[in-house]
Amino acid sequence: MSAPLIEIKDLKVDVPLKSGKGVPILKGVSLQIMPGETFGLVGESGSGKSVTSLAIMGLLKKPLKATGGQILYRGEDLLKASKQTMRNLRGNRIAMIFQEPMTALNPLQTVGRQIAEMFVLHQGKAWGEAEKLAIEALAAVKVPSPERRAGNYPHQMSGGLRQRVMIAMALACNPDLLIADEPTTALDVTVQAEVLKLIRELCAARGTAVLFISHDLGVIASVCQRVGVMYSGVLVEENDTRALFSNPQHTYTKGLLGALPRLGSRTSDSRNRLVDIDSIIADRSVLTQERFIAPRITEGGAAQ
Amino acid sequence: MTAPILEVKDLHVRFPISSGGFLGGGKRYLHAVNGLSFDLARGECLSVVGESGCGKSTTALAVMGLQDPTEGSIRFHGKPMTGPEAPGRMARARAAQMVFQDPYASLNPRQTVWQSLEQPLRLHGVKDKAEIARRISAMLKNVGLTPEQGKRYPHEFSGGQRQRIGIARALILEPEIVVLDEPVSALDVSIRAQIINLLLDLQEKFQLSYVMISHDLSVVEHMSDRVVVMFFGQIVEQGPWQAIFENPQHPYTRRLIAAIPDPDTFLKEDTEALVRELPPAPPGYRHMGDGSVPPNVFETPEVSELIDIGGGHLVRYLRA
Repeated sequence: MSAPLIEIKDLKVDVPLKSGKGVPILKGVSLQIMPGETFGLVGESGSGKSVTSLAIMGLLKKPLKATGGQILYRGEDLLKASKQTMRNLRGNRIAMIFQEPMTALNPLQTVGRQIAEMFVLHQGKAWGEAEKLAIEALAAVKVPSPERRAGNYPHQMSGGLRQRVMIAMALACNPDLLIADEPTTALDVTVQAEVLKLIRELCAARGTAVLFISHDLGVIASVCQRVGVMYSGVLVEENDTRALFSNPQHTYTKGLLGALPRLGSRTSDSRNRLVDIDSIIADRSVLTQERFIAPRITEGGAAQ
Repeated sequence: MTAPILEVKDLHVRFPISSGGFLGGGKRYLHAVNGLSFDLARGECLSVVGESGCGKSTTALAVMGLQDPTEGSIRFHGKPMTGPEAPGRMARARAAQMVFQDPYASLNPRQTVWQSLEQPLRLHGVKDKAEIARRISAMLKNVGLTPEQGKRYPHEFSGGQRQRIGIARALILEPEIVVLDEPVSALDVSIRAQIINLLLDLQEKFQLSYVMISHDLSVVEHMSDRVVVMFFGQIVEQGPWQAIFENPQHPYTRRLIAAIPDPDTFLKEDTEALVRELPPAPPGYRHMGDGSVPPNVFETPEVSELIDIGGGHLVRYLRA
């Protein structure tokens, strides 16, 4: 099996306090993302999934500080990389899409120009050529009449279209890794289904690896091959999607899946109560002591 | 079956949109709700589902008396709630209360929880201090908080606790109808489960009638007795939860159900099956769209009717 594209080794992120100590946000997270793999990180608010993605992008802002561990991208430690190296990687080799496209897009520039900027900045194209490429990029994300839409400003588009523009921009330079942080949370269900399908198909066709972050277990199941469950700054369980959902090992994962109202699970007019995690786990602090990381299974069937 | 406590008949809500014409000459109307009818029985949970802009929140506001309907009537225990004979605000407040999506935005940040619960009681003529204290303590216990926590301010609580306060605030006047506007969509999975359980417990305890507005169909399936599916201001399908989820007839309902990212469906890999084959419309009718093309909200929609296909399961068809 090939070498991992991203390898996070025992990543620790703290909020340093004046006393010299720090409040731990990530307590030693290790994970690997293979080239072309879709990896899902699921967890509740404050579990550290977004911090993990920001650390990969080199976008940790004060007061967050990486205090230990490594993030290896093709063997290079991103935590030690220079600002210039990170700048060349960001948007080019590692791209990101966010939950709210309206705040991520520049309201004062047409979307065509914003996409074109990617080609100018990272591939040294001239503006004229870049704008033609931008229209192609919009067509690739199935924006209807891309020539006209390239001249639109973000506020002239619907939420679903804006998210497509974000995807076009992120995939413009054919990155190795796309980080998608709750990309469909703000969208309606039918639009969400379309955007998820688009991400799945485009990344599969281009061989782009995806780190997909969501609190929604259903979304994760529909997009990812492998899933990591985060709780309180710790990756508590990691497994292949099918195995994780059909046979969860960690108490927290079991609680989380039981707390989810499942479509088609209701069998009678009486209404069953959902699993209350707090009622099955008296002391949540013990959750982070237990970890279950399943090995990847190679195509030959041997565990790696 | 007993008489419904709430009857909504042929409700229309139109918003005037000025298009800049001189003396209102170019006035257009946005049809937010078009001929909505449903009723609600005691102790029942009726869910209104649909996507943004389908008119579900406007419907909720109309039921609450916060939005005057352009046409149609809303009756509570047979008495009109709209028009000239409508009761005052105080009477309406005792009939129906609302739980909002974002409890923090709907609680007064400068009032302690206790004050937030005390005000409505005082306004509604409960003057006795011991009585007020008894009712507030009991209500806080009902929603899983302690009376001591009542002394705190909203910002001191977590999201789940705030939603509990929002529920306590809605129930303190003992309304018969509670309108739940996306009550759990802002909450984390584990907290969401707790609030859903709480809502179900309270409903059984106090025989409450819920009108739940939601776009999350898995929550709707879990909680509802009956479901109304709305698409651009109209009901396209309505029926008992089993009929809607196990035998959806309208193309839009099927689209909506197929779009839910549910782990089990993906692991079974038969997501497309639901969308593919569609039962034929009864003779003389045809299906109204499939929801993929939004209709023009400024025009009166095509004439269509809801047809009962058995067991209170209504589906909207167009005359062929």
